[in-house]
Amino acid sequence: MLSMAKTDGAPKTASRKMTDTNLLMTITIVVFFVMYLCAIFFLGEGFRKPQTLFNILSTNSYLIILACGMSLVMITGGIDISVGGVTALVAMSCAVYLEESQGNVWLAMLIAVGIGLAFGLVQGFLIAYLKIQPFIVTLAGMFFARGMTTIVHTNPLNVSSNKDFVSLKDTRIPIPLLGTTNSKGKYIPAKIEIGVIVALVIVIVLFCFLKWSKTGRNFYAVGGNKQSALMLGINVQRTTFISYVICGLLAGIGGFVYFMHVGSGSPSHASGAEMNAIASSIIGGTMLTGGVGNIVGTLFGVLSLALIQNIVASLGLDQPWWTGITIAAMLCIFLVVQSIIISRRKKANLKKAKEG
Amino acid sequence: MPNKKVLPPQTTLWGRITRYQIIIPLIALLLLVLVNLIADPTFFKITMKPNSNGDNILSGNIISIIDNGSELAILALGMTLVTAASGGQDISVGAGIAISGSVLLRVINGGDPRSETMQNPIILGILIACLVSMAFGAFNGALVAFLKIQPMVATLILFTAGRNIASWINNGELPIVKDESFGYFGNYIPGVPIPTPFIIAIICFIVMFLVMKFTTLGLYVQSVGINDKTSRLNGLNPELIKLMTYVILGLCVAIAGLIKVSRISTINYSVIAKDIEMDAILAVALGGNALSGGKFSLASSVLGAYVIQFLTTTLYKFEVKATALPAYKAVVVILLVVMSSPAVKEKFARLSKKFHKNEAAAGKA
Repeated sequence: MLSMAKTDGAPKTASRKMTDTNLLMTITIVVFFVMYLCAIFFLGEGFRKPQTLFNILSTNSYLIILACGMSLVMITGGIDISVGGVTALVAMSCAVYLEESQGNVWLAMLIAVGIGLAFGLVQGFLIAYLKIQPFIVTLAGMFFARGMTTIVHTNPLNVSSNKDFVSLKDTRIPIPLLGTTNSKGKYIPAKIEIGVIVALVIVIVLFCFLKWSKTGRNFYAVGGNKQSALMLGINVQRTTFISYVICGLLAGIGGFVYFMHVGSGSPSHASGAEMNAIASSIIGGTMLTGGVGNIVGTLFGVLSLALIQNIVASLGLDQPWWTGITIAAMLCIFLVVQSIIISRRKKANLKKAKEG
Repeated sequence: MPNKKVLPPQTTLWGRITRYQIIIPLIALLLLVLVNLIADPTFFKITMKPNSNGDNILSGNIISIIDNGSELAILALGMTLVTAASGGQDISVGAGIAISGSVLLRVINGGDPRSETMQNPIILGILIACLVSMAFGAFNGALVAFLKIQPMVATLILFTAGRNIASWINNGELPIVKDESFGYFGNYIPGVPIPTPFIIAIICFIVMFLVMKFTTLGLYVQSVGINDKTSRLNGLNPELIKLMTYVILGLCVAIAGLIKVSRISTINYSVIAKDIEMDAILAVALGGNALSGGKFSLASSVLGAYVIQFLTTTLYKFEVKATALPAYKAVVVILLVVMSSPAVKEKFARLSKKFHKNEAAAGKA
């Protein structure tokens, strides 16, 4: 029953303490805002413009989508490291379809979703029903997707001749009231890409799904403790399966959003995206042991990760290695803090159980 | 007997054989050998040829497999222990190889990337690289053992930072070692026809085997992996043992890094040992070790590593492009794990039982 206490849907204890999920998420959000405020005060200029935030959102909208899928899988206690490969495969397939056979943009979207769904279905089946370790299955999935990308097309391919797609790629949605005036006094409205809207919609839908739907609650139960979930009458296999299918689907959508952002296909696209997605989820308060996690936290995990990259760049540490080292340092700090909080809480719970 | 999963000993020969762990990589190896025999019998030809230095060396596909698979085999040794003790995998070994290689080159060239002669003896470089690598291993191990972070997540930190740290160590320069003797570790020692990496791998395996044979480390690792709470109750220190496995893996990483750097006498931080962590984990899985910890077999893992290299070489032989290689590898891996998955195995066992029952019934009649 300990696992049920972890999920925030369980009956509130008398002390009304914050649950692990909310606590970890709150830390992330606070850290994000503190970092942003520091950036505004000490680095000034660029960070004062709202457009900087929107640029961060536009560049990382695909990562938000991938990390959402990753969080779902991690909440059920699994992992999916194929998402980066699927992103690259989707981008390449769509690029080949649109550029070389002048295809329809809508059909390209369908291809993207189809590829993602196919990966999700196969991996989900192997993991949930054949009980193969998720790491191995999705590792093979990653290898397969990366290899297929070069089989589809060996060299990077830029989509420039498909007018429909180019106009879709260049579409920007203006945000009212948040524009800035440049030195010549001309008003420049703040803009975001379509991908941001897609990502935010997905975040909201998944948040509601995890919070209020029965399947969503089952995810937490399965991740917390498979045995007790089974005893509660939850179909563990199906729940696990669904989580991988959704993750695959989101990888497909994320792949298309990425494709809309870069407008090309390349075997080296989205390299390391799976690790960034895992890192964002962890920073956002999802735990790899399962049962703990929150989509809003994941959103802020991605944003924190992106923000720290921007801060490092504008601090003048322009050697390429600083970005990687700071991200790792941040990940390390978050992990240590998480681990300390969780272990202290466990001890407190034990004490309470002994007393009461 | 619906719940009896373990087949009784008097059952078929097949049932008895499949209880040995090494059977999985062996079957995979046999399959590969068979495919190659059918496709091209000259695959296994080994010839004696003089190389560019005029020394006679062995050459052929088999030699290239045992040569190029050696780093993987050495890593698989450490990875098996880590997997067995902590029930998780270290994904930072590729980045670790970059770091130890970078340290090695920096020490040997004394900080000057275009140094004409070696500034420090090789052995000093190797020692320092080993120490640095073991320190990073200890960092991973401490996160896993004392802070109870899942191994994959804990090593994600070094995975992200490793290659960056490696290029930081040499300030982004790519040092080149001009001295010929440095190349001996990754190529051939004059007068010895066997590739040095294979000799190093054999030495590592023998040392590890002796350690397992004459110390209780293997038993301790296994018991910690199966249940660390009961091992504590039995007087073991699970944290220390987990930490130790990561330090041992660090040592393996340093040795693999030495071979990798020595092969080309220089380093490329973003490319060196790329994706080797995936192959190393695969080697452990292919060796039939449970990735969730517990029982392990070093020999199976090493064989698994060479099987992976065998597969790679075979695929090259069939003119698969290097970049497309992962796709084929993935298919093979999925087939292997599906075959060895408990659900499928159970189904097979039930089928064969049914078959035997029918046979017995027929015999009675």
